[in-house]
Amino acid sequence: MPILKVESLRKNYGTLTAVDGISFDVQSGECFGLLGPNGAGKTSTIRMLYGYTPRDSGLLEVFGLDIDKGLREIKRRIGICQQEDSLDPDLSVRDNLIGYARYFAIPKPEAERRADELLGFFALQNRAKDKIMVLSGGLKRRLMLARALVNQPELLILDEPTTGLDPQSRQLLWEKLAELKKQGLTILLTTHYMEEAERLCDRLVIVDHGRILVEGKPAALVQERVGHSVLEIADPDQPLRDFLAREKCRVEDLGSRLLVYLDHGDELFLKLTREVRAEGCMLRPAGLEDLFLNLTGRELRE
Amino acid sequence: MKWPTPSQISARSLRVWQRNFSIYRQNWKISFVPPLLEPLLYILAFGVGLAVMVGELEYGGEKISYTTFIAPGLVSVAIMYNAFFETTYNSFVRMYYQKTFDALLATPLNLEEIILGEMLWAATKSVIAVTLMTCVISLCGFFSFPGTLLLIPLALLGGLLFAALGMICTALVPGIEMFNLPIFLGITPMFLFSGTFFPLQNLPNWAQVLAQFLPLTHLVTLARGCSLHVWSGDLWFSLLYLLVATLLLLPLAIALMVRRIVV
Repeated sequence: MPILKVESLRKNYGTLTAVDGISFDVQSGECFGLLGPNGAGKTSTIRMLYGYTPRDSGLLEVFGLDIDKGLREIKRRIGICQQEDSLDPDLSVRDNLIGYARYFAIPKPEAERRADELLGFFALQNRAKDKIMVLSGGLKRRLMLARALVNQPELLILDEPTTGLDPQSRQLLWEKLAELKKQGLTILLTTHYMEEAERLCDRLVIVDHGRILVEGKPAALVQERVGHSVLEIADPDQPLRDFLAREKCRVEDLGSRLLVYLDHGDELFLKLTREVRAEGCMLRPAGLEDLFLNLTGRELRE
Repeated sequence: MKWPTPSQISARSLRVWQRNFSIYRQNWKISFVPPLLEPLLYILAFGVGLAVMVGELEYGGEKISYTTFIAPGLVSVAIMYNAFFETTYNSFVRMYYQKTFDALLATPLNLEEIILGEMLWAATKSVIAVTLMTCVISLCGFFSFPGTLLLIPLALLGGLLFAALGMICTALVPGIEMFNLPIFLGITPMFLFSGTFFPLQNLPNWAQVLAQFLPLTHLVTLARGCSLHVWSGDLWFSLLYLLVATLLLLPLAIALMVRRIVV
Protein backbone atom coordinates (compact mmCIF):
# COMPACT_ATOMS: atom_id res chain seq x y z
CA MET A 1 0.00 0.00 0.00
CA PRO A 2 1.42 3.39 -0.90
CA ILE A 3 1.92 5.96 1.88
CA LEU A 4 0.32 8.61 -0.29
CA LYS A 5 -2.09 8.13 -3.16
CA VAL A 6 -3.17 11.05 -5.32
CA GLU A 7 -5.69 10.44 -8.08
CA SER A 8 -7.07 12.95 -10.62
CA LEU A 9 -6.58 15.85 -8.24
CA ARG A 10 -8.08 19.12 -9.45
CA LYS A 11 -8.20 22.69 -8.18
CA ASN A 12 -9.49 25.85 -9.83
CA TYR A 13 -9.19 29.38 -8.53
CA GLY A 14 -11.97 31.15 -10.40
CA THR A 15 -11.12 30.71 -14.04
CA LEU A 16 -7.52 29.74 -13.34
CA THR A 17 -6.83 26.01 -13.25
CA ALA A 18 -4.05 25.49 -10.73
CA VAL A 19 -4.10 21.69 -10.61
CA ASP A 20 -5.50 19.88 -13.59
CA GLY A 21 -5.85 16.19 -12.86
CA ILE A 22 -2.65 15.11 -11.12
CA SER A 23 -2.12 11.47 -10.10
CA PHE A 24 0.87 9.89 -8.37
CA ASP A 25 1.77 7.52 -5.54
CA VAL A 26 4.49 7.78 -2.93
CA GLN A 27 5.82 4.47 -1.60
CA SER A 28 7.07 3.85 1.91
CA GLY A 29 10.69 4.90 2.45
CA GLU A 30 11.17 6.76 -0.81
CA CYS A 31 11.83 10.38 -1.52
CA PHE A 32 9.41 11.60 -4.14
CA GLY A 33 9.92 14.90 -5.95
CA LEU A 34 7.31 17.27 -7.32
CA LEU A 35 9.19 19.49 -9.76
CA GLY A 36 7.94 22.40 -11.75
CA PRO A 37 8.43 26.08 -12.50
CA ASN A 38 6.78 28.77 -10.38
CA GLY A 39 3.02 28.62 -10.71
CA ALA A 40 3.01 25.02 -11.93
CA GLY A 41 0.66 23.91 -9.16
CA LYS A 42 3.18 22.39 -6.73
CA THR A 43 2.18 24.34 -3.63
CA SER A 44 -1.53 24.01 -4.42
CA THR A 45 -1.06 20.24 -4.63
CA ILE A 46 0.85 20.12 -1.35
CA ARG A 47 -1.74 22.27 0.40
CA MET A 48 -4.55 19.96 -0.65
CA LEU A 49 -2.66 17.03 0.86
CA TYR A 50 -3.10 18.33 4.39
CA GLY A 51 -6.48 19.94 3.96
CA TYR A 52 -5.21 23.52 3.96
CA THR A 53 -6.83 24.07 0.61
CA PRO A 54 -10.00 22.14 -0.26
CA ARG A 55 -9.79 20.24 -3.54
CA ASP A 56 -12.39 20.52 -6.28
CA SER A 57 -12.25 16.84 -7.14
CA GLY A 58 -10.05 13.79 -7.02
CA LEU A 59 -9.04 11.19 -4.51
CA LEU A 60 -6.49 11.70 -1.74
CA GLU A 61 -5.36 8.93 0.56
CA VAL A 62 -2.60 9.13 3.14
CA PHE A 63 -1.63 6.00 5.09
CA GLY A 64 -4.64 4.38 3.42
CA LEU A 65 -6.98 6.91 5.07
CA ASP A 66 -9.34 9.01 3.00
CA ILE A 67 -8.53 12.66 3.62
CA ASP A 68 -12.17 13.66 4.09
CA LYS A 69 -12.66 11.15 6.87
CA GLY A 70 -9.28 10.88 8.52
CA LEU A 71 -7.77 14.36 8.21
CA ARG A 72 -6.95 14.74 11.91
CA GLU A 73 -5.34 11.32 12.09
CA ILE A 74 -3.41 12.09 8.90
CA LYS A 75 -2.22 15.44 10.20
CA ARG A 76 -1.10 13.80 13.44
CA ARG A 77 1.16 11.46 11.47
CA ILE A 78 2.67 13.79 8.86
CA GLY A 79 5.22 16.57 9.19
CA ILE A 80 4.86 19.64 7.01
CA CYS A 81 7.56 22.17 6.29
CA GLN A 82 5.79 25.03 4.55
CA GLN A 83 7.46 27.28 2.03
CA GLU A 84 7.03 30.47 4.06
CA ASP A 85 8.59 30.88 7.44
CA SER A 86 5.86 30.43 10.03
CA LEU A 87 7.99 30.20 13.17
CA ASP A 88 6.60 31.82 16.29
CA PRO A 89 8.51 35.09 16.76
CA ASP A 90 7.30 35.43 20.36
CA LEU A 91 9.03 32.20 21.40
CA SER A 92 12.66 31.09 21.63
CA VAL A 93 14.13 28.48 19.28
CA ARG A 94 13.61 25.65 21.78
CA ASP A 95 10.16 26.85 22.81
CA ASN A 96 9.12 26.88 19.17
CA LEU A 97 9.65 23.12 19.16
CA ILE A 98 8.12 22.47 22.57
CA GLY A 99 5.17 24.76 21.85
CA TYR A 100 4.52 23.03 18.55
CA ALA A 101 4.58 19.61 20.22
CA ARG A 102 1.63 20.74 22.36
CA TYR A 103 -0.61 20.85 19.29
CA PHE A 104 0.09 17.14 18.83
CA ALA A 105 -0.76 16.49 22.49
CA ILE A 106 2.78 15.29 23.18
CA PRO A 107 3.43 15.32 26.96
CA LYS A 108 5.86 18.02 28.06
CA PRO A 109 8.79 15.80 29.22
CA GLU A 110 8.63 13.91 25.92
CA ALA A 111 8.38 17.20 23.98
CA GLU A 112 11.46 18.54 25.75
CA ARG A 113 13.39 15.38 25.03
CA ARG A 114 12.47 15.50 21.33
CA ALA A 115 13.20 19.22 21.12
CA ASP A 116 16.72 18.74 22.48
CA GLU A 117 17.30 15.77 20.21
CA LEU A 118 16.19 17.76 17.15
CA LEU A 119 18.23 20.81 18.15
CA GLY A 120 21.24 18.50 18.29
CA PHE A 121 20.47 16.85 14.96
CA PHE A 122 20.18 20.21 13.20
CA ALA A 123 23.17 21.74 15.02
CA LEU A 124 20.98 24.35 16.69
CA GLN A 125 21.73 23.58 20.34
CA ASN A 126 23.81 26.73 20.77
CA ARG A 127 20.92 28.87 19.60
CA ALA A 128 18.27 27.20 21.78
CA LYS A 129 17.50 30.34 23.77
CA ASP A 130 17.65 32.80 20.87
CA LYS A 131 14.61 34.61 19.57
CA ILE A 132 13.56 33.87 15.99
CA MET A 133 14.20 37.46 14.87
CA VAL A 134 17.97 37.13 15.21
CA LEU A 135 18.22 33.90 13.18
CA SER A 136 19.56 33.84 9.62
CA GLY A 137 17.49 32.38 6.79
CA GLY A 138 19.41 29.11 6.94
CA LEU A 139 18.90 28.71 10.68
CA LYS A 140 15.19 29.45 10.34
CA ARG A 141 14.84 26.77 7.67
CA ARG A 142 16.62 24.22 9.87
CA LEU A 143 14.28 25.08 12.71
CA MET A 144 11.22 24.84 10.41
CA LEU A 145 12.42 21.37 9.41
CA ALA A 146 13.09 20.40 13.03
CA ARG A 147 9.60 21.59 13.93
CA ALA A 148 8.08 19.45 11.17
CA LEU A 149 9.73 16.41 12.78
CA VAL A 150 8.63 17.05 16.35
CA ASN A 151 5.66 14.65 16.06
CA GLN A 152 7.94 11.91 14.61
CA PRO A 153 6.04 11.86 11.32
CA GLU A 154 5.79 8.85 9.02
CA LEU A 155 5.65 11.17 6.00
CA LEU A 156 7.56 14.43 5.70
CA ILE A 157 6.24 17.00 3.24
CA LEU A 158 8.65 19.73 2.20
CA ASP A 159 7.59 22.69 0.09
CA GLU A 160 10.70 24.21 -1.51
CA PRO A 161 12.85 23.59 1.54
CA THR A 162 15.98 25.33 0.28
CA THR A 163 14.64 28.25 -1.75
CA GLY A 164 16.60 31.39 -0.94
CA LEU A 165 19.32 29.69 1.10
CA ASP A 166 23.07 30.16 0.75
CA PRO A 167 25.08 27.18 -0.57
CA GLN A 168 26.39 26.22 2.87
CA SER A 169 22.92 26.05 4.41
CA ARG A 170 21.60 24.19 1.41
CA GLN A 171 24.36 21.57 1.58
CA LEU A 172 23.76 21.04 5.28
CA LEU A 173 20.02 20.70 4.76
CA TRP A 174 20.56 18.16 1.98
CA GLU A 175 22.85 16.14 4.21
CA LYS A 176 20.25 16.11 6.96
CA LEU A 177 17.48 15.13 4.57
CA ALA A 178 19.62 12.33 3.15
CA GLU A 179 20.22 11.12 6.70
CA LEU A 180 16.49 11.15 7.47
CA LYS A 181 15.84 9.21 4.30
CA LYS A 182 18.40 6.65 5.34
CA GLN A 183 16.55 6.25 8.62
CA GLY A 184 13.54 5.18 6.53
CA LEU A 185 11.48 8.37 6.52
CA THR A 186 9.19 8.82 3.52
CA ILE A 187 9.63 12.27 1.98
CA LEU A 188 7.58 14.28 -0.50
CA LEU A 189 9.47 17.29 -1.76
CA THR A 190 8.69 20.16 -4.11
CA THR A 191 11.53 22.07 -5.63
CA HIS A 192 12.69 23.90 -8.70
CA TYR A 193 16.34 23.17 -7.95
CA MET A 194 17.37 20.31 -10.16
CA GLU A 195 20.46 19.59 -8.16
CA GLU A 196 18.29 19.08 -5.10
CA ALA A 197 16.00 16.67 -6.92
CA GLU A 198 18.93 14.76 -8.45
CA ARG A 199 20.53 14.37 -5.07
CA LEU A 200 17.52 13.44 -2.99
CA CYS A 201 14.70 12.06 -5.10
CA ASP A 202 14.29 8.36 -5.90
CA ARG A 203 11.37 9.17 -8.18
CA LEU A 204 9.85 12.38 -9.37
CA VAL A 205 7.24 14.02 -11.54
CA ILE A 206 7.67 17.23 -13.48
CA VAL A 207 4.52 19.31 -13.50
CA ASP A 208 3.57 22.41 -15.44
CA HIS A 209 0.26 24.21 -15.82
CA GLY A 210 -1.20 21.82 -13.28
CA ARG A 211 -0.43 18.65 -15.25
CA ILE A 212 2.19 15.94 -14.95
CA LEU A 213 4.53 16.01 -17.94
CA VAL A 214 6.74 13.09 -17.02
CA GLU A 215 7.26 10.61 -14.22
CA GLY A 216 10.14 8.31 -13.33
CA LYS A 217 13.55 7.90 -11.77
CA PRO A 218 15.69 10.98 -12.37
CA ALA A 219 18.73 9.29 -13.98
CA ALA A 220 16.62 7.04 -16.19
CA LEU A 221 14.45 9.94 -17.30
CA VAL A 222 17.47 12.00 -18.28
CA GLN A 223 19.08 9.12 -20.15
CA GLU A 224 15.84 8.32 -21.97
CA ARG A 225 14.61 11.83 -22.77
CA VAL A 226 17.76 13.90 -23.08
CA GLY A 227 20.61 11.53 -23.68
CA HIS A 228 24.02 10.80 -22.28
CA SER A 229 25.71 14.16 -22.53
CA VAL A 230 25.23 17.70 -23.78
CA LEU A 231 27.65 19.64 -25.92
CA GLU A 232 27.40 23.37 -25.33
CA ILE A 233 28.78 25.68 -27.98
CA ALA A 234 29.13 29.40 -27.47
CA ASP A 235 28.96 31.85 -30.44
CA PRO A 236 28.47 29.26 -33.19
CA ASP A 237 29.64 30.27 -36.69
CA GLN A 238 28.56 28.93 -40.08
CA PRO A 239 31.22 26.21 -40.53
CA LEU A 240 30.29 24.85 -37.15
CA ARG A 241 26.59 24.83 -37.96
CA ASP A 242 27.37 23.09 -41.27
CA PHE A 243 29.38 20.45 -39.44
CA LEU A 244 26.53 19.73 -37.03
CA ALA A 245 24.04 19.57 -39.90
CA ARG A 246 26.23 16.97 -41.63
CA GLU A 247 26.46 14.89 -38.45
CA LYS A 248 22.64 14.90 -38.11
CA CYS A 249 22.57 15.45 -34.37
CA ARG A 250 19.84 16.89 -32.16
CA VAL A 251 20.59 20.56 -31.87
CA GLU A 252 18.79 23.20 -29.86
CA ASP A 253 19.50 26.66 -31.21
CA LEU A 254 19.41 29.43 -28.60
CA GLY A 255 20.87 32.04 -30.98
CA SER A 256 24.18 32.84 -29.35
CA ARG A 257 24.48 29.33 -27.97
CA LEU A 258 23.87 25.85 -29.31
CA LEU A 259 23.04 22.78 -27.28
CA VAL A 260 23.76 19.43 -28.87
CA TYR A 261 22.26 16.36 -27.21
CA LEU A 262 24.42 13.27 -27.52
CA ASP A 263 23.11 9.78 -26.94
CA HIS A 264 26.41 8.12 -26.15
CA GLY A 265 30.13 8.68 -26.03
CA ASP A 266 32.23 11.70 -26.83
CA GLU A 267 33.30 10.89 -30.43
CA LEU A 268 31.38 13.80 -31.90
CA PHE A 269 32.91 16.22 -29.41
CA LEU A 270 36.44 14.99 -30.21
CA LYS A 271 35.78 15.18 -33.94
CA LEU A 272 34.37 18.68 -33.60
CA THR A 273 37.27 20.00 -31.55
CA ARG A 274 39.81 18.42 -33.91
CA GLU A 275 38.21 19.32 -37.24
CA VAL A 276 36.24 22.55 -36.65
CA ARG A 277 37.10 24.39 -33.48
CA ALA A 278 37.68 23.74 -29.78
CA GLU A 279 37.17 27.21 -28.49
CA GLY A 280 33.84 27.77 -26.69
CA CYS A 281 32.90 24.09 -26.88
CA MET A 282 32.15 22.23 -23.70
CA LEU A 283 30.97 18.68 -23.10
CA ARG A 284 29.08 17.91 -19.93
CA PRO A 285 26.83 15.10 -18.69
CA ALA A 286 23.12 15.55 -19.42
CA GLY A 287 21.17 16.49 -16.34
CA LEU A 288 17.71 16.98 -14.96
CA GLU A 289 17.88 20.67 -15.80
CA ASP A 290 18.09 19.82 -19.52
CA LEU A 291 15.04 17.61 -19.21
CA PHE A 292 13.21 20.21 -17.16
CA LEU A 293 13.87 23.01 -19.63
CA ASN A 294 13.02 20.82 -22.59
CA LEU A 295 9.69 19.94 -21.04
CA THR A 296 8.66 23.25 -19.54
CA GLY A 297 10.22 25.58 -22.09
CA ARG A 298 12.66 28.41 -21.65
CA GLU A 299 10.35 31.37 -21.42
CA LEU A 300 10.24 33.20 -18.11
CA ARG A 301 7.45 32.61 -15.58
CA GLU A 302 6.07 35.29 -13.38
CA MET B 1 -20.25 30.57 3.52
CA LYS B 2 -19.69 27.47 5.63
CA TRP B 3 -21.01 27.63 9.18
CA PRO B 4 -19.06 25.78 11.84
CA THR B 5 -20.62 22.66 13.30
CA PRO B 6 -20.14 21.53 16.91
CA SER B 7 -18.43 18.35 15.69
CA GLN B 8 -15.59 20.46 14.26
CA ILE B 9 -14.73 21.93 17.64
CA SER B 10 -12.73 20.05 20.26
CA ALA B 11 -10.70 20.85 23.36
CA ARG B 12 -7.78 21.48 20.99
CA SER B 13 -9.01 25.07 20.85
CA LEU B 14 -7.50 25.46 24.29
CA ARG B 15 -4.04 24.79 22.82
CA VAL B 16 -4.34 28.05 20.91
CA TRP B 17 -5.47 29.77 24.09
CA GLN B 18 -2.52 28.22 25.88
CA ARG B 19 -0.07 29.52 23.27
CA ASN B 20 -1.32 33.08 23.69
CA PHE B 21 -1.47 32.77 27.44
CA SER B 22 2.11 31.54 27.73
CA ILE B 23 3.32 34.53 25.72
CA TYR B 24 1.17 36.88 27.81
CA ARG B 25 2.75 35.38 30.92
CA GLN B 26 6.23 36.17 29.62
CA ASN B 27 5.32 39.87 29.68
CA TRP B 28 2.82 39.90 32.53
CA LYS B 29 4.56 42.73 34.35
CA ILE B 30 3.96 45.04 31.41
CA SER B 31 0.51 43.63 30.63
CA PHE B 32 -0.65 44.27 34.20
CA VAL B 33 0.20 47.97 34.23
CA PRO B 34 -2.67 49.41 32.12
CA PRO B 35 -5.57 47.70 33.97
CA LEU B 36 -4.07 48.69 37.33
CA LEU B 37 -3.18 52.27 36.45
CA GLU B 38 -5.93 53.23 34.06
CA PRO B 39 -8.80 53.25 36.59
CA LEU B 40 -6.67 55.32 38.97
CA LEU B 41 -6.01 57.89 36.26
CA TYR B 42 -9.69 58.11 35.34
CA ILE B 43 -10.82 58.31 38.95
CA LEU B 44 -8.28 61.03 39.58
CA ALA B 45 -9.24 63.01 36.50
CA PHE B 46 -13.01 62.61 36.82
CA GLY B 47 -13.26 62.31 40.57
CA VAL B 48 -11.07 65.30 41.32
CA GLY B 49 -11.37 67.36 38.17
CA LEU B 50 -14.84 66.82 36.75
CA ALA B 51 -16.99 65.53 39.63
CA VAL B 52 -16.90 68.89 41.43
CA MET B 53 -18.63 70.45 38.44
CA VAL B 54 -21.09 67.60 37.93
CA GLY B 55 -21.92 66.99 41.56
CA GLU B 56 -24.14 64.03 42.39
CA LEU B 57 -26.60 62.31 40.15
CA GLU B 58 -29.49 60.02 40.70
CA TYR B 59 -29.20 56.37 39.82
CA GLY B 60 -31.70 53.71 40.81
CA GLY B 61 -33.45 56.05 43.17
CA GLU B 62 -30.30 56.95 45.06
CA LYS B 63 -27.89 59.85 44.89
CA ILE B 64 -24.40 58.68 43.88
CA SER B 65 -21.18 60.56 43.13
CA TYR B 66 -20.18 61.03 39.51
CA THR B 67 -17.07 58.92 40.04
CA THR B 68 -19.19 56.06 41.35
CA PHE B 69 -21.37 56.42 38.28
CA ILE B 70 -18.54 56.10 35.75
CA ALA B 71 -16.51 53.38 37.54
CA PRO B 72 -18.64 50.50 36.11
CA GLY B 73 -18.50 52.26 32.74
CA LEU B 74 -14.71 52.13 32.83
CA VAL B 75 -14.80 48.42 33.55
CA SER B 76 -17.17 47.85 30.63
CA VAL B 77 -14.95 49.83 28.28
CA ALA B 78 -11.98 47.72 29.39
CA ILE B 79 -13.93 44.54 28.54
CA MET B 80 -14.61 45.93 25.07
CA TYR B 81 -11.09 47.21 24.40
CA ASN B 82 -9.19 44.18 25.62
CA ALA B 83 -11.18 41.70 23.59
CA PHE B 84 -11.67 43.84 20.48
CA PHE B 85 -8.05 44.89 20.13
CA GLU B 86 -6.85 41.33 20.69
CA THR B 87 -8.91 39.82 17.85
CA THR B 88 -8.30 42.75 15.51
CA TYR B 89 -4.68 43.89 15.55
CA ASN B 90 -3.14 40.95 17.39
CA SER B 91 -5.02 38.19 15.59
CA PHE B 92 -4.44 39.92 12.25
CA VAL B 93 -0.69 40.03 12.91
CA ARG B 94 -0.70 36.35 13.82
CA MET B 95 -2.79 35.44 10.78
CA TYR B 96 -1.18 37.66 8.15
CA TYR B 97 2.35 38.56 9.18
CA GLN B 98 3.47 35.80 11.50
CA LYS B 99 1.66 32.97 9.62
CA THR B 100 0.81 31.45 13.00
CA PHE B 101 -2.47 30.03 11.71
CA ASP B 102 -0.66 28.44 8.76
CA ALA B 103 1.71 26.71 11.14
CA LEU B 104 -1.19 25.50 13.28
CA LEU B 105 -3.09 24.18 10.26
CA ALA B 106 -0.26 21.69 9.71
CA THR B 107 -1.09 20.12 13.08
CA PRO B 108 -4.23 18.19 14.08
CA LEU B 109 -6.00 21.50 14.77
CA ASN B 110 -8.54 22.83 12.29
CA LEU B 111 -9.25 26.45 11.46
CA GLU B 112 -12.51 26.56 13.41
CA GLU B 113 -10.67 25.55 16.58
CA ILE B 114 -7.91 28.06 15.96
CA ILE B 115 -10.35 30.96 15.56
CA LEU B 116 -12.37 29.89 18.59
CA GLY B 117 -9.17 29.61 20.62
CA GLU B 118 -8.21 33.14 19.62
CA MET B 119 -11.58 34.47 20.74
CA LEU B 120 -11.46 32.54 24.02
CA TRP B 121 -8.08 34.06 24.66
CA ALA B 122 -9.32 37.59 23.87
CA ALA B 123 -12.19 37.12 26.34
CA THR B 124 -9.69 35.88 28.90
CA LYS B 125 -7.75 39.12 28.50
CA SER B 126 -10.95 40.99 29.32
CA VAL B 127 -11.41 38.84 32.41
CA ILE B 128 -7.84 39.47 33.58
CA ALA B 129 -8.17 43.23 33.02
CA VAL B 130 -11.53 43.41 34.79
CA THR B 131 -10.25 41.42 37.77
CA LEU B 132 -7.31 43.79 38.21
CA MET B 133 -9.38 46.93 37.67
CA THR B 134 -12.07 45.75 40.05
CA CYS B 135 -9.49 45.22 42.78
CA VAL B 136 -8.25 48.79 42.40
CA ILE B 137 -11.72 50.35 42.18
CA SER B 138 -13.00 48.29 45.10
CA LEU B 139 -10.06 49.40 47.23
CA CYS B 140 -11.13 52.97 46.47
CA GLY B 141 -14.52 51.99 47.86
CA PHE B 142 -16.70 52.53 44.80
CA PHE B 143 -18.08 48.98 44.38
CA SER B 144 -20.50 46.91 46.44
CA PHE B 145 -19.98 43.25 47.22
CA PRO B 146 -20.91 40.52 46.49
CA GLY B 147 -22.63 41.92 43.35
CA THR B 148 -19.29 43.13 41.98
CA LEU B 149 -18.09 39.53 41.71
CA LEU B 150 -20.58 39.13 38.86
CA LEU B 151 -18.33 41.43 36.81
CA ILE B 152 -16.03 38.46 36.22
CA PRO B 153 -18.51 36.20 34.37
CA LEU B 154 -19.81 39.35 32.73
CA ALA B 155 -16.29 40.08 31.46
CA LEU B 156 -16.19 36.61 29.95
CA LEU B 157 -19.52 37.06 28.18
CA GLY B 158 -18.83 40.63 27.05
CA GLY B 159 -15.29 39.64 26.14
CA LEU B 160 -16.55 36.85 23.87
CA LEU B 161 -19.00 39.24 22.22
CA PHE B 162 -16.39 41.89 21.48
CA ALA B 163 -13.85 39.23 20.52
CA ALA B 164 -16.34 37.98 17.93
CA LEU B 165 -16.95 41.51 16.67
CA GLY B 166 -13.20 42.07 16.38
CA MET B 167 -12.71 38.75 14.59
CA ILE B 168 -15.47 39.68 12.12
CA CYS B 169 -13.52 42.87 11.35
CA THR B 170 -10.34 40.82 10.92
CA ALA B 171 -12.16 38.55 8.49
CA LEU B 172 -13.34 41.51 6.43
CA VAL B 173 -10.53 44.09 6.36
CA PRO B 174 -8.17 43.97 3.39
CA GLY B 175 -5.23 45.31 5.43
CA ILE B 176 -4.30 46.13 8.99
CA GLU B 177 -4.57 49.90 8.52
CA MET B 178 -8.29 49.46 7.73
CA PHE B 179 -9.07 48.71 11.37
CA ASN B 180 -9.26 52.49 11.84
CA LEU B 181 -12.65 52.35 10.19
CA PRO B 182 -14.52 50.02 12.58
CA ILE B 183 -12.78 51.73 15.49
CA PHE B 184 -13.79 55.20 14.36
CA LEU B 185 -17.31 54.24 13.31
CA GLY B 186 -18.07 51.62 15.95
CA ILE B 187 -15.84 51.48 18.96
CA THR B 188 -15.39 55.21 19.62
CA PRO B 189 -19.10 56.10 19.36
CA MET B 190 -19.85 53.17 21.67
CA PHE B 191 -17.24 54.37 24.13
CA LEU B 192 -18.98 57.75 24.25
CA PHE B 193 -22.68 56.99 23.84
CA SER B 194 -23.38 53.78 25.75
CA GLY B 195 -24.15 55.31 29.09
CA THR B 196 -20.53 55.11 30.14
CA PHE B 197 -19.95 58.73 31.13
CA PHE B 198 -23.50 60.10 31.44
CA PRO B 199 -26.99 58.63 31.83
CA LEU B 200 -28.59 57.76 28.50
CA GLN B 201 -31.68 59.72 29.58
CA ASN B 202 -29.69 62.90 28.88
CA LEU B 203 -29.74 62.08 25.17
CA PRO B 204 -32.61 62.97 22.83
CA ASN B 205 -35.15 60.19 22.40
CA TRP B 206 -33.97 58.99 19.02
CA ALA B 207 -30.42 58.65 20.28
CA GLN B 208 -31.62 56.69 23.30
CA VAL B 209 -33.34 54.25 20.96
CA LEU B 210 -30.19 53.93 18.85
CA ALA B 211 -28.08 53.35 21.96
CA GLN B 212 -30.22 50.32 22.80
CA PHE B 213 -28.74 48.59 19.77
CA LEU B 214 -25.15 49.03 20.97
CA PRO B 215 -23.74 46.03 22.81
CA LEU B 216 -21.71 48.26 25.13
CA THR B 217 -24.92 49.88 26.41
CA HIS B 218 -26.10 46.55 27.74
CA LEU B 219 -22.71 45.68 29.14
CA VAL B 220 -22.64 49.01 31.00
CA THR B 221 -26.21 48.50 32.28
CA LEU B 222 -25.30 45.11 33.69
CA ALA B 223 -21.94 46.17 35.09
CA ARG B 224 -23.48 49.19 36.83
CA GLY B 225 -26.42 47.24 38.22
CA CYS B 226 -24.18 44.48 39.59
CA SER B 227 -21.39 46.57 41.03
CA LEU B 228 -23.68 49.19 42.62
CA HIS B 229 -26.34 46.71 43.73
CA VAL B 230 -29.13 48.37 41.80
CA TRP B 231 -31.25 45.47 40.65
CA SER B 232 -33.98 45.97 38.06
CA GLY B 233 -35.80 44.02 35.39
CA ASP B 234 -33.78 45.82 32.70
CA LEU B 235 -30.78 43.73 33.64
CA TRP B 236 -32.47 40.56 32.41
CA PHE B 237 -33.15 42.15 29.06
CA SER B 238 -29.55 43.29 28.74
CA LEU B 239 -28.29 39.85 29.68
CA LEU B 240 -30.53 38.28 27.07
CA TYR B 241 -29.23 40.76 24.47
CA LEU B 242 -25.61 39.89 25.25
CA LEU B 243 -26.25 36.14 25.26
CA VAL B 244 -28.12 36.13 21.97
CA ALA B 245 -25.63 38.45 20.28
CA THR B 246 -22.68 36.35 21.45
CA LEU B 247 -24.27 33.08 20.35
CA LEU B 248 -24.90 34.54 16.91
CA LEU B 249 -21.63 36.38 16.43
CA LEU B 250 -19.21 33.65 17.56
CA PRO B 251 -20.15 31.20 14.79
CA LEU B 252 -20.45 34.08 12.32
CA ALA B 253 -16.90 35.19 13.14
CA ILE B 254 -15.63 31.62 12.61
CA ALA B 255 -17.53 31.26 9.33
CA LEU B 256 -16.21 34.58 7.99
CA MET B 257 -12.64 33.74 8.94
CA VAL B 258 -12.94 30.35 7.22
CA ARG B 259 -14.22 32.17 4.14
CA ARG B 260 -11.26 34.52 4.27
CA ILE B 261 -8.50 31.97 4.84
CA VAL B 262 -9.70 28.84 3.01
CA VAL B 263 -9.47 29.33 -0.75
